[in-house]
Amino acid sequence: MRIVVAMSGGVDSSVAAALLAEQGHDVIGLSMQLYDQRGGEQTWGSCCTLDDLHDARRVASIIGFPHYIVNFERQFRETVISNFVQEYASGRTPLPCAHCNSDLKFSTLLERARGFGAEHVATGHYARVEHDENGRWLLKRSVDPDKDQSYFLFSLTQDQLARAMFPVGTLAKSEVRSHARRLGLAVAEKPDSQEICFIPDGDYAAFIERKEPAVVRGGAIVDEGGHQLGTHAGIHRFTIGQRKGLGIASTVPLYVLGIDADAGAVMVGPRTALERVRLTASGVNWIGIAAPARRVRVTAQIRHRHKPAPGVVCALPDGRAEMIFDDPQAAITPGQAVVFYDGEAVVGGGWIE
Amino acid sequence: MLRFEEIVHRIYLDHNATTPLLPAVIDRMTAILREEFGNPSSVHHFGQQAKAAVDDARSQVAELVGGDPSEVLFTSGGTEGDNIAIRGAAEALEATGRKHLIASAIEHEAVLNTIKALARRGWQTTLLPVDQTGIVSPAALRDALTEKTVLVSVMHANNEIGTIQPVAELAQLAHERGALFHTDAVQSAGKIPLNVKGLGVDMLSLSAHKLYGPKGVGALWIRRGLRVMPLLTGGRQERNRRAGTENVPGIVGMGVAASIAADKMADEGPRLAALRDRLEAGIVRTVPGTAVNGSRDHRVPNTTNISFDRVEAESLLIALDLEGVAVSTGSACSSGTLEPSHVLKAMGFNAHRTQNSIRFSLGASNTEAEIDRVIAVLPTIVEKLRSLTRTPARA
Repeated sequence: MRIVVAMSGGVDSSVAAALLAEQGHDVIGLSMQLYDQRGGEQTWGSCCTLDDLHDARRVASIIGFPHYIVNFERQFRETVISNFVQEYASGRTPLPCAHCNSDLKFSTLLERARGFGAEHVATGHYARVEHDENGRWLLKRSVDPDKDQSYFLFSLTQDQLARAMFPVGTLAKSEVRSHARRLGLAVAEKPDSQEICFIPDGDYAAFIERKEPAVVRGGAIVDEGGHQLGTHAGIHRFTIGQRKGLGIASTVPLYVLGIDADAGAVMVGPRTALERVRLTASGVNWIGIAAPARRVRVTAQIRHRHKPAPGVVCALPDGRAEMIFDDPQAAITPGQAVVFYDGEAVVGGGWIE
Repeated sequence: MLRFEEIVHRIYLDHNATTPLLPAVIDRMTAILREEFGNPSSVHHFGQQAKAAVDDARSQVAELVGGDPSEVLFTSGGTEGDNIAIRGAAEALEATGRKHLIASAIEHEAVLNTIKALARRGWQTTLLPVDQTGIVSPAALRDALTEKTVLVSVMHANNEIGTIQPVAELAQLAHERGALFHTDAVQSAGKIPLNVKGLGVDMLSLSAHKLYGPKGVGALWIRRGLRVMPLLTGGRQERNRRAGTENVPGIVGMGVAASIAADKMADEGPRLAALRDRLEAGIVRTVPGTAVNGSRDHRVPNTTNISFDRVEAESLLIALDLEGVAVSTGSACSSGTLEPSHVLKAMGFNAHRTQNSIRFSLGASNTEAEIDRVIAVLPTIVEKLRSLTRTPARA
C-alpha cells in the first residue's frame, strides 16, 4: 500500500514512517513547511537548513524512501494561525494543534497524498484508529497513557479517520525510542517538542501583537461584582484559570474567571468561583456513536492534561452539545476542546463555548 | 501507478540543475585522482605534471568560449565566478567613484543576492525589467545606465525558461557609457556557440557540472588587462587572482567536458531542440490548460517551461518523481519549497502562474522513447491532481 507519512523530524513520525516501510509499504515522507523559516527579510544563512527538515530527510535516506517538503505556509496561515489569533482576540483560548490535524494534515495533506496515489496518511500521533463491526471508524487512546494525543484528534470525521494511520499509537514511548535506536535513526534521543510549533519561544502574547496589532487594547480587570481592581494591556494575555500576571494585590489568590471581549474586561475572583458543572460545545464531531438525543454517560476531558471527569452528554441542535459533570470542574475554558470518552474510545468532541 | 520497486528506468529531465558526468570525464579525473596527484605550484616532476594538466584544461575551456587561455580563471563554480566578477570589479573600481550596478531581474540568485549584498554596503543598484517573453530590452538598459555605472551583469541564457538575452547589444551599450559587462553563461555554455569576442563582454562565468563535468568547479573568463579584486587571498595561484591550491581533478574534468561539448554542439543542439519541441507540443496537445512560458524563438535548445493551470507545480513535480520522471519547478536552490518564481514574476505573470510552472530541461541521455513516455503519463497525473485540489492557489 502506498502511504504518505507526515514527518515533523521528530522521533515519533520518524519511527511511524520507518515501521510502515519495514512492513513493506511504499512510504512517501512529506514534511510540511508551515511558516517562513528564514526569519524576516534575511535571505542568507538559513535557507533549507532547518534542523527538523534535515532530520526528516536523514531518516528517509537511511530507511530508503522518498521524502519531499511541501509548502503549506498559505494554508497554515489561513486555517491555523488566523484562527489562533482570532480566538485570542475574542477572549478565547485556542487549540491550534487540533485545527492543524483536521484542517491541514487530514485535509490539505491528505488531498496531496491522494494526488500521489496514496489513500492513507500516517502521522506520529499517539492514538489508535479501529474499524468496528458496524462499519464505524473509532478513535481510541494510545496504549501509552502518558502520551495519548486522542484529545487533539477529536475533530477527525469518519472519512478522515478511514484514511488515518497512527503506527506508534500501539507502542509505549520507550518502545518508539528503542525502534529508532534499532534502526540507527539519529532522532532516537531527540527531546519531545513542548511548545506550539510556530511560537518556539512560548511568548503567545508577543506573537499575537506582531500578527494582529489591532487586537491589542488595554482594559479593566474587574471582580465578580463588576468593581474595577486594576487594568491590563490586552485580553489576549489572559486565559481562564490564569493566576500569574494579573498585577493585583489581594489577600486571597485571584484567578481569571472570564473574559469579556466586547468590553475588553477581564474578570477575576477566588479559585472556588472557577468551578462549573455544565458546559456547552459547538462544532461537535461524533465519532463512536451518532449524535445522542438522550443523555449518555461519558468521561470528559476539557484540556490536554485534564483528568477525565464523569458526567452525561447529549446532543443539542446545530451541531452543539451539552455536558453536565457529576462534580464541578475548574477552569472550563472557551476555545479549548471538550472530548467525550467511553473508556478508551473517543465518543466525540467539540469546542467549548 | 508504479510501485517504487517497479521504477527501473528513471527519466532525467533536469539538466539545467546538473548533468551526469561523461565517461571520458570520469576516466580522466580518475587518472588524476589515482596517479597525477601533484600540486601545480611544486617545482618537481609531480608539480609539473599537475601544472600541465591544469594548463591543458585552461586551453580547452578557453576554446569553448573563444578566448585566450591566460584569460581563464578557475573557480569553485558559477556562483564564485559571478561573485568574483561583480564584487571584484565593483571593489577594484570603487575609487573611481562609479558605484552603480545593473543586473536583470531574472538573474540567478548568485548574481541577484551579490548585487543585494553590495546594495547594503552602499552601491546603487538597478534591476532591469524583462518583457513578457523573458527578454531584457536594450532600451531599458540604455535608460538605466549612468556615468556612475561600474558594471552591468546580464545572463546569457536564463536557467528557468532558457531565453537567450541580447548580450552583444547590451554589452555595447554598457561600454558606450564606460561600464563593464559581465554575463553568466552557465546555462548557455555547451548548449549554444559562445564567443567572448562576438559577445563583446568583459567577463563571462561558467560552471562545469552543467556541461557534463564535475561539481565544485567552474571558470571565469576575464578579458585580458581587466583587473578585478580577488575574493580569496593567499598564494599566487591563478595569476594572483584566486589563492588556494587548484582543484586539479575538477579542473581537468571541466577541461574534458568543455572540449567534448564544443565538439558535439553542432549535432546535439538540433537533436535536443527536436526532442524538446516534441515534448512541448505533446504536452500542450494532450494536457488542457497548459502554456509555454517565455520566448520560443530565442532560447537554448534543451529547455521548456510550461504552466499547468489549476495545479501546484510542487505537487506535479512530486507526482512525476514518483512515476520516475525528474523535473524542476525552477532553480534548484528553491526547490525544497514552493516559492514563486522570480523569473516568471518579472515577466508579469500572476501569482498562480508563478507557482504552477514546471521546467523540463533535456540532455545527452534523453531519447524519443523517454519523451513519449512523459507525454503519456502527464495527462493522467495532471487530471488526478486537478480533481483532488479543493484549495487551488489564488490568482
